[in-house]
Amino acid sequence: MQPITNMVEKFKDDAKKILLAHGSGGKLTHQLIKSFVKKFRNLPLAKLDDSAVLKFKGKLAFTTDSYVVDPIYFPGGDIGKLAVNGTVNDLAMVGARPLYLSAAAIIEEGFPLVDLERIVDSMNRAARVAGVKIVAGDTKVVGKGGADKIFINTSGIGLIDSGIDISSKNARIGDRIILSGTIGDHGIAILSARERFDFRTKLKSDSQPLNRIVSQILKVSKKVHTLRDPTRGGLATSLNEIAEQSGVGIDIEQEKIPVKEEVKGVCEMLGFDPLYIANEGKLVAFVPERDCRKILNVMRKNRYGRDAQIIGTVVSRHKGRVLVKTSVGGERVLDMLTGEQLPRIC
Amino acid sequence: MCLAIPAKILKIEDNLALVDMAGVRRQADIRMVSNARVGEYVLIHAGFAIEKIGKKDAEETLQLLREII
Amino acid sequence: MKFVDEFRDKAIAERIVKKIERFDSFKVNLMEVCGTHTMVIFKQGLKGMLPKNVNLLSGPGCPVCVTSQEDIDKAIELAKDRNVIITTFGDMIRVPGTNSSLEKERGNGADVRIIYSPSEALRIARENPAREVVFLAIGFETTSPLIAASLLDAQKEKIDNFYIFSSHKLIPPAMEALSKSKEVRIDGFICPGHVSVTIGSNAYKFIAQKYNVPCVIGGFEPLDVLQTIYMLLKQIKERRVEVEIEYFRAVHPQGNRIAQELIAEVFEVSDVMWRGLGTIPKSGLRLKRKFSDFDAEKEFRPKTKKSKENPDCACGEVLRGVKKPTQCKLYRRICTPEEPYGPCMVSSEGTCAAYYKYG
Repeated sequence: MQPITNMVEKFKDDAKKILLAHGSGGKLTHQLIKSFVKKFRNLPLAKLDDSAVLKFKGKLAFTTDSYVVDPIYFPGGDIGKLAVNGTVNDLAMVGARPLYLSAAAIIEEGFPLVDLERIVDSMNRAARVAGVKIVAGDTKVVGKGGADKIFINTSGIGLIDSGIDISSKNARIGDRIILSGTIGDHGIAILSARERFDFRTKLKSDSQPLNRIVSQILKVSKKVHTLRDPTRGGLATSLNEIAEQSGVGIDIEQEKIPVKEEVKGVCEMLGFDPLYIANEGKLVAFVPERDCRKILNVMRKNRYGRDAQIIGTVVSRHKGRVLVKTSVGGERVLDMLTGEQLPRIC
Repeated sequence: MCLAIPAKILKIEDNLALVDMAGVRRQADIRMVSNARVGEYVLIHAGFAIEKIGKKDAEETLQLLREII
Repeated sequence: MKFVDEFRDKAIAERIVKKIERFDSFKVNLMEVCGTHTMVIFKQGLKGMLPKNVNLLSGPGCPVCVTSQEDIDKAIELAKDRNVIITTFGDMIRVPGTNSSLEKERGNGADVRIIYSPSEALRIARENPAREVVFLAIGFETTSPLIAASLLDAQKEKIDNFYIFSSHKLIPPAMEALSKSKEVRIDGFICPGHVSVTIGSNAYKFIAQKYNVPCVIGGFEPLDVLQTIYMLLKQIKERRVEVEIEYFRAVHPQGNRIAQELIAEVFEVSDVMWRGLGTIPKSGLRLKRKFSDFDAEKEFRPKTKKSKENPDCACGEVLRGVKKPTQCKLYRRICTPEEPYGPCMVSSEGTCAAYYKYG
């Protein structure tokens, strides 16, 4: 028979971790839910009904995304912040004002409660900064090995004002392409946190909400044709997708694309190309030539758009393809990302 | 076949150096570069310094390219 | 980035191109031996900047691409051993062997890890004393000194679970084989900058003297490559046949002595098979007998059934400069970076990959 003190220690230890019981719907589940509701603090959520009941008038945008990033903490953020900003941004990219999010987590048995709290706090903070409410949620717990620490899904609803028609199919010949800031920050920050290649930088993920900068853009011009946040696959992939979907060609100038020195350094070292590295707080905007200067100016006034640059043009040639004018004056094709970017050395 | 990039030596301890490539810091094995000194630039390939970059030679190369000499 | 950005200046590039354009009275085939040179040429769009009389041929300087099918199959066999941790540079993962690939084996549960430096492989060996760590040593003379150094460290620390599968090769013998073959007329060699850091420019003298082919050792920034091409054209025009160094900020005539000594201590020269070039005498490195405790082949004796290359894959001819990827039956139609049929499409320095990606 184990001494009582040991059993108490074990209980205390267990109490700090997510147990399967937390997902079973019983008392522990309720405790967990109550703590989330307290944090997220909004009316629809507080009702604790099976569904959040919301009222709308107008065109709705609806999106969903799942987040499985590893490691869950990285310079500049964590999986929670990513999950909120990612969905907020997906809504912003169709010109919607993000309003409500749902958040569902699948948690591995044994995941420390203190980490869960930390992530929930992070989501709360991100939601406040973005001006959205998390009104519905769910948690499930799976046995050890059934998930890698924690997976989060967020879905989001936003309203699109009238007169706005933003889509990947709408890019038009003559459009100028504006990039809101430096590329490659997020992907390289994640890589540095993985320690596999053993390098240190001051780089932070650029995970940030883009809904306000989009609102500001739309205030000065409703004629924005396409918006895209280049996440997985990087800027190159996004540009290719838009070229294909809109049936246009795209010309880009390498020199104009802002890249932080440290991102360049890591990419040179490992043989990566910043154009293919994920971003979590940047956008490309396809806008008519006539409006591009004033849109650029309003972007640069926003803290998330200070490094904005006009990087290219939509053309009628080479439809469906993206061409880059290189820094030395040559020209080459910019393809989509194929496979994984493997660090090369030989 | 040979990705090697210029890095500045920040610190040396025996055969290891802390190097800086555009703000990215990493450890590098410098046993192949004799008399490497802090502040000098070396070529880093797969975590090893394979040679010193001659600063004067680099400048001379650029001048050649610019056709100044 | 210092020593990088200055060598990407557009105005200087234009000027060098103008100088190159003045050599318009003859057609030349210049071969860039090194896969990294191929990549720079394509990534920076240099081909399109050159006049039509300058034809660039890509050579066999992609270490993954010239690894024989048998060696790839052996590496895959080694991966199947559940006690083995395979450590490798990234490119090898997706190369298709006769029946599988390292990536596929990883999907089946094999422990295959991509590393940036051979010292990481040593670290993994230290941290996993119960497992056996095999490092797939591919690469030319830039890389073999590093593997030699790591192996000497392993010996000093008495690490007994660290092995090398040596597939190292040497560049000058390959250049000699190409010069001898006369399959393609090579009017000048753009010699690999970082291999030359190790072996020195003197190593190429025999190519110039015996085979009458001008050689210029070039750096890897776009201005380096353009200047190297200019220097080759100048030699040809002036009927000189020399070994010149464009990349003299890092390359010296005698090379890096310490690196050469490291190689000599650990490896000995052997006759090895090159994809596309056949067996070239004295063109590879194998571990000296005193290091046989670290030799993965001796320890594990990986057995492979008949190693077969895809008969329609033109990788071998591409590596010799005989065909361009566009002349391969499989290129783009069936062979793509997602579904590669040969290493030239999957390696980040493969010629087919360069053509496909950068058009």
